[in-house]
Amino acid sequence: MVIGAIFAGGSGSRMGSSDTPKQYLMLGSKPIIVHTVEKFFVNPGIDKIIVLCPKAWISPTRDMIEKSIGKTDKVAVIEGGKTRNDTLQNALDYITAHLGMDDETVIVTHDAVRPFVTHRIISENIEAAKKYGACDTVVPSSDTIVESDNGGFISVIPERARMYQGQTPQSFNAKKIKCLFESLTAEEKNSLTDACKIFTIKGEKVRLVEGEVFNIKITWPYDLKVARVLLEGAFSDD
Amino acid sequence: MINAVYQLVSPRMIDVTYKEFELKADTVIVRPLRLAICKADQRYYQGLRSAETMRAKLPMALIHECVGSVVYDADGAFQPGETVIPIPNTPSTEDEVIAENYRRSSMFMSSGHDGFLQDCIFTRADRLVRLPADVNFDVAAFTELVSVAVHAVSRFDKLAHSRRGTIGVWGDGNFGFILSLLLRYLYPESEIYIFGTVDEKLSYFTFAHRTINVGAAGMAVRVDHAFECVGGAGSEIAIDNIIDLIEPEGTIALLGVAENQVGLNTRMVLEKGLRLFGSSRSGKADFEETMNIYREFEDIPRYLENLVGDVVEVRSIGDIHKAFELDIRRNFGKTILKWEK
Repeated sequence: MVIGAIFAGGSGSRMGSSDTPKQYLMLGSKPIIVHTVEKFFVNPGIDKIIVLCPKAWISPTRDMIEKSIGKTDKVAVIEGGKTRNDTLQNALDYITAHLGMDDETVIVTHDAVRPFVTHRIISENIEAAKKYGACDTVVPSSDTIVESDNGGFISVIPERARMYQGQTPQSFNAKKIKCLFESLTAEEKNSLTDACKIFTIKGEKVRLVEGEVFNIKITWPYDLKVARVLLEGAFSDD
Repeated sequence: MINAVYQLVSPRMIDVTYKEFELKADTVIVRPLRLAICKADQRYYQGLRSAETMRAKLPMALIHECVGSVVYDADGAFQPGETVIPIPNTPSTEDEVIAENYRRSSMFMSSGHDGFLQDCIFTRADRLVRLPADVNFDVAAFTELVSVAVHAVSRFDKLAHSRRGTIGVWGDGNFGFILSLLLRYLYPESEIYIFGTVDEKLSYFTFAHRTINVGAAGMAVRVDHAFECVGGAGSEIAIDNIIDLIEPEGTIALLGVAENQVGLNTRMVLEKGLRLFGSSRSGKADFEETMNIYREFEDIPRYLENLVGDVVEVRSIGDIHKAFELDIRRNFGKTILKWEK
C-alpha cells in the first residue's frame, strides 16, 4: 500500500497578513491545501491519503476536501504534531493502527503548502521509495551555498555543482523509517530538521528524485504572491 | 487542481504556466505518455503563421497528437492505467448534418486552445478512445494523424463514383504514406499509385503498386481518383498535375494545407466534370474507426512503425526545443516526445 501523508501542521505564524494557517489561504478558487490533496487524490499510485493538520482545523479541512472531491474514504484527516517529527510519528502510528503496515508499505510525505507538485514527481517518488527504501525530491541549487559556524563569518563554501535544494515529497518504506526513527536517541531526534536525515545519520542511502523549480513552498507572504501570479489570471492584491 | 501547462509564448519560446481545473463529475484526467509533432505545430513554433494569427492564438500549448494513460475518472467509465487516445476536437453543439470537425463552434486543441503539452490533460470521457493492447506507443502517439486519413477516406468513399481501379496519392510525406497505406488495405482491388518528388522517400512506399517521380518525363499514367497530400507551395503544381492525369468524373480530395491561395485550372475541372472536396481533421467516429482498422489489419500499425523518427525523452523545456529542432531537420517520419516532464 502507498500512503500519501500531507503535512499541514504549521501554525501559520509566519504569514504577515493573517493568523490563518498558510495552507488554508486561498490560491485561485480554493485553499492551498485542497490543491495539494487533489494532486495526491488523482494519482492512481496513491492508495490512501492522510492529512495531518492542527486539531481545530480537522473538521474544516474535511469540509474543504469534501467540497472539492466529494465524499471519499481515500482521505483521512487527523491531528498533526507540534513538530514535523511529531507529525511524522502520528502518520506512522495511524498507518500501523488503521491501515496496516507491512514490508511493502510506502509513505509519501508532502508539505500541504506545495500545491504545484506534479504528477511525475509523485509517481517517481513512489517508484524510488519502492526500489531504494527512501527518496528526497530536490532541484540543483542555483545559489551558492555558504556555510557559517558562528553566523558571522564563512566557514566553508561547498562546491555548488554538488549542492541541491530539498523539496517534498520525501518518500520512504514505512517500516524502515519507523524502525530507524525509533532507534534514534532523543538528542538525534532533536537534531532532525528533515525526515531524510533519519536515514542519513544511520548511514542509509536516500535516492534523489528530480523536483521542479516551481514546486515552491508557500511559507512567506512573498511566496503566496508568487503563487498567485503563477496561477493564471490570479494576482495578489496585497 | 493546479496543472502545469507548457505554452508557446512566442516563436521558439516555451514557458510553463499553471491553470486551475475542477475535479468535476464529467472530467477524465489523462497523463500524456507519448506526443507527436505535427506540421501545424511547427508553423506556430517557427512563427510561420501570419503575425495576426500568432497574436490571436499565443500563448498556447502545442501538440494535438498524443497517447496517454488514464489517471482519474470520477464517473468510472475509464479505469486508471487504461491507455487512451485523446481526441483534440471538442464539439460544443449537436448537428445531425455537419460533422463535429467542421462545426465552427467546435474547439480544437493546439489551434486557439491549449494542446496536449501539459502535466495532465483534462478532458471528457466522450473525447477518449481506448487503444488496442498491442499497438506500439510511438505509433499510437500519431493516431490523430491516422484518424485524419481515415476521415478523408470515409468521405472519399461517400463521394467518389464506383470505378476505383487506380487511386493516385500525390505527396511522398508522412500523411501521403499513411493515407496510401490505408487505401492499400481498405481497397484491395484498387491499384495505388504514389506521386512524389524525392526518389528516396518514394522508395519507402513499398506497399504501393507504383511510385512515380513527377519530375520524370512522360508520365503515361491515368488515375480514376486522386488524393492531394502535398500542401504548402507545392499544392498548386500537384493539383494541376492531378487535373491532367485524372480520368473524367474523377474525385479529387484536397488535404494539403497551403498558406497562400492556390490557382485552379477550372477549364479542365469543368471539361472533365471533376469533383473536388476538402477534408480536414477528424471526429470521434474516425478515431473509433482507426482503432477498428488497427485491430483488423495488424500490418498497418507495423508499417506505421517505419514513420517513427527521433524519440526524444522530455524532462525539461530544453528537451521540448530539442524535439522541435530535430523535427525541423527531418524530411520524413514523425518526431515523438516521450513525456517524462
